[in-house]
Amino acid sequence: MNDYTDYATGAPVTDTKAPAGPVAERWDTRRFEAKLVNPANRRKHTVIVVGTGLAGGSAGATLAEQGYHVVQFCFQDSPRRAHSVAAQGGINAAKNYRNDGDSVHRLFYDTVKGGDFRARESNVHRLAQISVEIIDQCVAQGVPFAREYGGLLDNRSFGGVQVSRTFYARGQTGQQLLLGAYQALSRQIAAGNVELHPRTEMLDLVIVDGKARGIVARDLVTGKIDTYFANPCFTQIHPTCIPRTGEHQSKLTLMSESLRNDGRIWVPKAKGDDRPANEIPEDERDYYLERIYPAFGNLVPRDIASRAAKNVCDEGRGVGPGGQGVYLDFAEAIERMGRAKVEEKYGNLFDMYAQITAENPYETPMRIYPAVHYTMGGLWVDYDLQTTIPGLFAIGEANFSDHGANRLGASALMQGLADGYFVLPSTINDYLARNPHHDEVDASHPAVEEVVAETEDRLNLLLAVDGDRTPDSFHREIGELMWEYCGMARTEEGLRKALGRIPQIREEFWRRIKVPGTGAEFNQSLEKANRIVDYLELAELMCLDALHRAESCGGHFREESQTADGEAARRDEEFSYAAAWEFAATGEAPVLHKEDLVFEYVHPTQRSYA
Amino acid sequence: MKLTLRVWRQKNAGAPGAMSTYEVDGISQDMSFLEMLDTLNEELILEGDDPVAFDHDCREGICGACSLVINGDAHGPERTTTCQLHMRSFEDGDTIDIEPWRASAFPVVKDLVVDRSAFDRIIQAGGYISAPTGTAPDAHATPVPKPDADFAFEHAECIGCGACVAACPNGSAMLFTSAKVNHLNVLPQGAPERETRVLDMVGQMDSEGFGGCTLTGECATACPKGIPLPSISAMNKEWLRATRKVHR
Repeated sequence: MNDYTDYATGAPVTDTKAPAGPVAERWDTRRFEAKLVNPANRRKHTVIVVGTGLAGGSAGATLAEQGYHVVQFCFQDSPRRAHSVAAQGGINAAKNYRNDGDSVHRLFYDTVKGGDFRARESNVHRLAQISVEIIDQCVAQGVPFAREYGGLLDNRSFGGVQVSRTFYARGQTGQQLLLGAYQALSRQIAAGNVELHPRTEMLDLVIVDGKARGIVARDLVTGKIDTYFANPCFTQIHPTCIPRTGEHQSKLTLMSESLRNDGRIWVPKAKGDDRPANEIPEDERDYYLERIYPAFGNLVPRDIASRAAKNVCDEGRGVGPGGQGVYLDFAEAIERMGRAKVEEKYGNLFDMYAQITAENPYETPMRIYPAVHYTMGGLWVDYDLQTTIPGLFAIGEANFSDHGANRLGASALMQGLADGYFVLPSTINDYLARNPHHDEVDASHPAVEEVVAETEDRLNLLLAVDGDRTPDSFHREIGELMWEYCGMARTEEGLRKALGRIPQIREEFWRRIKVPGTGAEFNQSLEKANRIVDYLELAELMCLDALHRAESCGGHFREESQTADGEAARRDEEFSYAAAWEFAATGEAPVLHKEDLVFEYVHPTQRSYA
Repeated sequence: MKLTLRVWRQKNAGAPGAMSTYEVDGISQDMSFLEMLDTLNEELILEGDDPVAFDHDCREGICGACSLVINGDAHGPERTTTCQLHMRSFEDGDTIDIEPWRASAFPVVKDLVVDRSAFDRIIQAGGYISAPTGTAPDAHATPVPKPDADFAFEHAECIGCGACVAACPNGSAMLFTSAKVNHLNVLPQGAPERETRVLDMVGQMDSEGFGGCTLTGECATACPKGIPLPSISAMNKEWLRATRKVHR
């Protein structure tokens, strides 16, 4: 076995299937060139959708509306509980309802720039085009977006942009959009077009003759293989999270970035100033974002806001337990617009903060600290959102294609719904039309039997170890390792340390894991342990990708690559590509395939928000 | 904090269940109720016992997965979800009873986990607006008066946790059903299916074995999202209106 960091560079990715021509026409061109499936023949095709979040839920509903037979899975007890439900702030769309100079091109530009020039122009432009249709679709479904007294939709602004293009439903936008997709999906379930399997987890993929044909799910069997994973090191740290209180904590709660619209971020000017916030006079406070970035102020992109918070805390000016926090202060906003207006805009977030910390944010400033939030990386997909395995498509946060090295606020919901409602339902037709399956793949197919046996072996192995450590203890250990060495700031030394540690944790895991019970019952410990096997593989790849990308860009900050004033320094000559990693075997060096990124419209510059 | 927990244990839907007593120590006031149960489970696993099964997902109070009756109250003593209930609401030395949602329409799956798929079937019966993807007019084509939009939002906040059913002495799902009916029926986009929606959803609710409503109001008191009790009378009004308009 070769060393994990001793990876080979394979053939570059040369064809992403994006059509040539002006960027604004590419999506139309692709849709026209795609083959269609005759409506009468669609019900003969079964499409498996795994997950019921914004992307999966909207895709399942739309494909069923088109006439396909959809079989859908989620591990929760109901599709309505997928994690998209927790997104708070909003969803972007280039509607220009504010007449403030917004346009499809500006959303495209902001997203490519915000992504620090590591996303594909073709995909991002398509996303900006589709954004306007998403809002129309959601309103038609009854999504209760915030409205003004004239009955029209309200908008707010978000980090990294200077227009108001964010549509929102108080602090529960993700919930309301997810319920919209869930309801559309429910309608198709009732109509018999979607067969739903809740409390069912996909464990593997069935591949027959190189094509994805089904999945292996716990308790259910249909159909396995290796996919390329792109840009795993691009993770996003969210700047407005409630600081942690101790080891036991299972969850750090994020609060919507929209709070930065009206809240002002500050720390004391003096180190170790432990007076209560309200006793620190105005001239002894450092509103550091407003000071360093006067043009964007508290609304700089997330990666910049997060690192600035870490820097002031590292200087010893952090507030709260352990000095791991900065203030987010609404005193000025309450004075300016009144407590009632603040309550209307952010009430549920304030309640949530009060519930968790037992502090009243209307009276004392909130304390916030950055925490891991989102992965821009994901499965490599082409313009059609198809992975390297024919027949396997990846949509929403699961793919890598639209956000580059940093995602703008309120763009995750936009991308999930763009992929599910509009992109996949257009591109999957082309695959199905060109690849008619004439053979049935059922449980007795040798490929299915093989992958089912492998899956069962893995579960049995987990149950057989009977060691002395719980799944949660390993989960916590990997989490702490990743936060320390592959978190907000990364170094070659730290990443190598993590890469040395992960195989040791894996070895210990398979020697000491303890999973009570059996595989033939409701067994939450087994579910957790089985996921940790995957987390270890992903953690290892994230560290390797972060090590290999010896530049800083977006959410990926390598301390070795920074400007004189501590800003991220990109190295376009060497790293203007998406890194697509081909899996070899657990713990073995993967193969790197580079997809060169071409910028015809938005020319890479050092990002500036000053 | 040191606590005595009396927890409902039940191997599966068919097996008889019983309360089991456990002691936990070293509980911090900053822990959420679920983190306290995580602590118990870590100990149970290491002792080779079966950990207590309970539903949880986002742990941010929005997905609706968590569902415990704590000392007789759905989601416990505070008006929030179990995941957002913190141990500062309890005293050192307390004995805490922990049970699953109790309702015949929510059969126990294991321990504290229940089957709430009846809620999904109520939504499938009509809790949607038929707007296939691609058919929508511009979002500003139909303005919605702000009071109507706010009314819709207030009812759309329901997280489908089922606390209303668990709290109701009759095991009624009126608050859940009315929240979705009211959200969609007040909107102009929901008008074409206004009558069939309420009739079909109420019909499905009745066929799932939920009890009738006697307006005790426990549901609205337990609701972590504050769905108001008048939601039920608003739905009854919609239902009466629909029975006059629709001939079946």
